[in-house]
Amino acid sequence: MEISCRSGRTWSAYFHLCGWGLILMRWLWIDRYTEFISGKSAVAIKNVTLSEEVVDDYAPGRTFLPNTLIIEGMAQTAGLLVSQIGDFLDRLVLAKIQSSKFYFPAYPGDTLTFRVELERQDSEGAFAVGTTHRGEELQAEISLMFAKLQDVRFANVELFEPAELCRMCRLLRIFEVGVNVDGSPIQVPKHMIEAEKALLLQD
Amino acid sequence: MPINEEVFGKVRETLVDALGVDDDEVTEDATMVGDLGAESIDFLDIVFKLEKTFDIQIPRDELFPDDILTSAEFVQDGKVTPEGLSKLKERMSFADLTKFEQNPLVQDFGNLLTVKDLCNYVTEKTAA
Repeated sequence: MEISCRSGRTWSAYFHLCGWGLILMRWLWIDRYTEFISGKSAVAIKNVTLSEEVVDDYAPGRTFLPNTLIIEGMAQTAGLLVSQIGDFLDRLVLAKIQSSKFYFPAYPGDTLTFRVELERQDSEGAFAVGTTHRGEELQAEISLMFAKLQDVRFANVELFEPAELCRMCRLLRIFEVGVNVDGSPIQVPKHMIEAEKALLLQD
Repeated sequence: MPINEEVFGKVRETLVDALGVDDDEVTEDATMVGDLGAESIDFLDIVFKLEKTFDIQIPRDELFPDDILTSAEFVQDGKVTPEGLSKLKERMSFADLTKFEQNPLVQDFGNLLTVKDLCNYVTEKTAA
């Protein structure tokens, strides 16, 4: 039974109530970043596998990764790129899929390479333009718009637990491959480190 | 102010792209919210696109004077005061506020902006 959902567009964690406790279900549609240039661009990869139920269940008899989840993967790739600019403190949501064009399905066994560039970003939102490729073949073109929730209604709303978000960034290797435009490595924001410490002490 | 046809063409293209409306729906008198179905998030999209197309900067409060419309000084009982109206006119010289002035309910302001207003605004900005 789904009892609650802490979700941003870039990372959603669904908690399921089971007889023996709470299980965190992942909602990651990229596997890891291979390039991450702060405020500018990023490259991430996604291996499509039959072990993902949706690949088989979405259209019984045909196995492919639904295009909507490829869009979600692009939103995650771009969303974290935008979020990092503000040390992951902005309440950023995917506001609009401006365009998406798919040239062929992504099948189990395929490795998709997500490439995204920030066309612009400011205090209100951001535009990102991206592609996915299978090898050298262009698989999709996707343009997205993000908005930062600044309205007073969201003042006390936290889309992510900082420690959870930090863990996700580490899983995706943002802090391993991430660099600033001058080539220096990006740093884990202080508030995230503090949140991680607090979580460890709590456990 | 007569509409600048070149500006109108580009604004129409922007609105078709951002709102998914048909070319012929984007008339000079069409209101952004009521006729074209623009929502708040669309305005962010439209502003970004117009800035790119026309190479201009659009400060948010010039098109959406929320600071005036939420000010206790310029709004009383849900209506914009005469001082507030004069402030709006000063800020939004590109817009025709005649109809709004007759019953200046803040809640109606959102549906005031027309395609023509937007064109006039862009024309002013590009001439500046």
